[in-house]
Amino acid sequence: MKVRAQIGMVLNLDKCIGCHTCSITCKNVWTSREGVEYAWFNNVETKPGIGFPKEWENQQKWHGGWTKNASGELELKIGGKRRVLANIFANPDLPEIDDYYEPFDFDYQHLHNAPDSKHQPVARPRSLISGQRMEKIEWGPNWEEILGTEFEKRKKDQNFNDVVQKDIYGQFEKTFMMYLPRLCEHCLNPACVAACPSGAVYKREEDGIVLIDQDKCRGWRMCVSACPYKKIYYNWKTGKSEKCTFCFPRIEAGQPTVCSETCVGRIRYLGVLLYDADKIAAAASVANEQDLYQAQLDIFLNPNDPKVIAAARAEGISDNWIKAAQQSPVYMMAMDWKIALPLHPEYRTLPMVWYVPPLSPIQSAVQAGHVGMNGEIPDLKSLRIPLKYLANLLTAGDEKPVVRALERMIAMRAFKRAQQVDGVEDLAVLQQVGLTAHQVEEMYRYMALANYEDRFVIPTSHRAYAENAYDLKSSCGFSFGNGCGDGNNGVNLFGSKAKGVRQVIPVELKD
Amino acid sequence: MSYFDHLAFGIYPYIAFAVMLIGSWIRYDREQYSWKTSSSQLLEKKQLRRGSIPFHIGILAILGGHAVGLLTPAEVWHVLGISAAFKQKIAMGVGGFFGLICLYGLVILLKRRLTNPRVRASSNPMDIALLWLLLAQLLLGLTSIFVSAGHMDGSEMLKLMAWAQNTVTFDSAEAVAAMQGVHWIFKAHIVLGMTLFVVFPFSRLVHMLSVPLQYIRRPHQIVRQRFVR
Repeated sequence: MKVRAQIGMVLNLDKCIGCHTCSITCKNVWTSREGVEYAWFNNVETKPGIGFPKEWENQQKWHGGWTKNASGELELKIGGKRRVLANIFANPDLPEIDDYYEPFDFDYQHLHNAPDSKHQPVARPRSLISGQRMEKIEWGPNWEEILGTEFEKRKKDQNFNDVVQKDIYGQFEKTFMMYLPRLCEHCLNPACVAACPSGAVYKREEDGIVLIDQDKCRGWRMCVSACPYKKIYYNWKTGKSEKCTFCFPRIEAGQPTVCSETCVGRIRYLGVLLYDADKIAAAASVANEQDLYQAQLDIFLNPNDPKVIAAARAEGISDNWIKAAQQSPVYMMAMDWKIALPLHPEYRTLPMVWYVPPLSPIQSAVQAGHVGMNGEIPDLKSLRIPLKYLANLLTAGDEKPVVRALERMIAMRAFKRAQQVDGVEDLAVLQQVGLTAHQVEEMYRYMALANYEDRFVIPTSHRAYAENAYDLKSSCGFSFGNGCGDGNNGVNLFGSKAKGVRQVIPVELKD
Repeated sequence: MSYFDHLAFGIYPYIAFAVMLIGSWIRYDREQYSWKTSSSQLLEKKQLRRGSIPFHIGILAILGGHAVGLLTPAEVWHVLGISAAFKQKIAMGVGGFFGLICLYGLVILLKRRLTNPRVRASSNPMDIALLWLLLAQLLLGLTSIFVSAGHMDGSEMLKLMAWAQNTVTFDSAEAVAAMQGVHWIFKAHIVLGMTLFVVFPFSRLVHMLSVPLQYIRRPHQIVRQRFVR
């Protein structure tokens, strides 16, 4: 057993209101630079839809994630190592900028400078790459917002596979929607790391955050193709790939990521998970895709088990990390209550950002005046969002874990309603879903109240023990490898440009 | 033997190699963040695929051919039973074949870089200058095939081999002497070739030194420890 710690995240989709605050704050902090205008380390998609970039879930098209080769071994879907190198001159599986969208800005100055005219002046869009006028904006990071675009296009959503009669969801009365905020999954078996020819992408041992060494990255772009979630973005200006950093400077200081901190719906949870690193390869290569969810649960370790604690200490995991793991909301939701599920486990990357499936209005109740009941719980088949759709999203198509999670959430509501409104302890409803009254009270505290201290249990990293503070005196903090100097004196022979300087393409007035 | 010959074939090669080595060293040491392929595939994919693959295959074959053809001593060819005349035919055939493949790709890449508005806008002057330099060098090389066809005995080629081999053994007087009477096309090809070495550390050409062959042997996953415990 090799115990490692990972900071994981859970997003409670049942409470996501699709406000995009997470995306905007993330963008302001991390990607408000030339070259990554199109990159959204965090984005919120309206489902069903093809998402951002276009059809990212269609791995027949993009070949992201892992697959099992003829001899049963785990292999990248873009191909084995030799094939990766053979494709190095031109990567066949790389999305083009139009698969994301062409970044644009508006000629705002025109509103100030326009001469006197009969009509009100308008600010027209201009490409941030070529600087040319864009007559029409064709696509954006959230083009499908709240069921935007025709159903014919959104129907290509891969999660509709095996959903019976998917065409009826194009009808106004039958349609459904949900929000899906997405960020890097900081996988236990990351495909991006495995695909990087330079070895620049790596996973940090102490907290599991996956990062790209900007100095070592040579821009071969294989990570972009290999990541099935398409959460690595190639910076077209610097020629290096970039990705969600899980706000590691904040995490190290014990603070939540920017997206979590600013989430107004309080849907995000951060906590430590202990796992057995020796079991990763076996868990990622189980034969049946639907067993991947359980296989991933099996490599998580119980932080209250004395044997696990001893092994963790032997690996050098500090006591405040073990304590944080014992109070981890992520562990509770994924392991104790089993209401959080991984996103697309069939990609075999063992993702570490998990989702609580959303409840949805009960469709037939309106029509028939009553709701089908399954014991104490309403029949989940009558939920507006098809179970199969959620199962395709979260459990490789296996509906049972989704049903369990949704039933437990409904049971929690029924129990609390009986307790608060009728003043009775409705234990029958809990029995049916296999929860105790204590567990439900805890679920209520974490999911309904969702206090800040309960949502974010992040231990600080022990830098003081490991780094000599005297050596760090008057050093430069986070910089691009050259220490305090950026190696730039205005006449840089190596063609790099002053870092940290935002260049705005000057707006030319042509009309 | 003119002053120019001394400068171009006796001294310039050493200056060029020194600039390449020291320049690359400093860049790798001080400016590794700028060490990259500078791919523009994200901005334009179709033309890149059509151009980049033949360009790279062609140029790698040509580079390999030059290294083997110029630096292998004449005695070795003799032992192998390959006469100078026959070797020249191989060089003309193989070089011409891969040269045309490379030219096909390079023209597509140059056209793409100049005419695609996205690629053009995100190019720096060196990206464009480099493509022109490579095109000029490639055209000189291909033209030299016709010059060679004028004398199929391999004598001109032996002179060029003598130049290259004397240069790498630091016998620059011999190297300059070997270049006497060589056709100007070859001379221009050599001077421009040396200039490419000078340009090397200041352009995206440095990505050649980062061919990721170690990837084949590396385990899939990389875990880094931030602090040594």
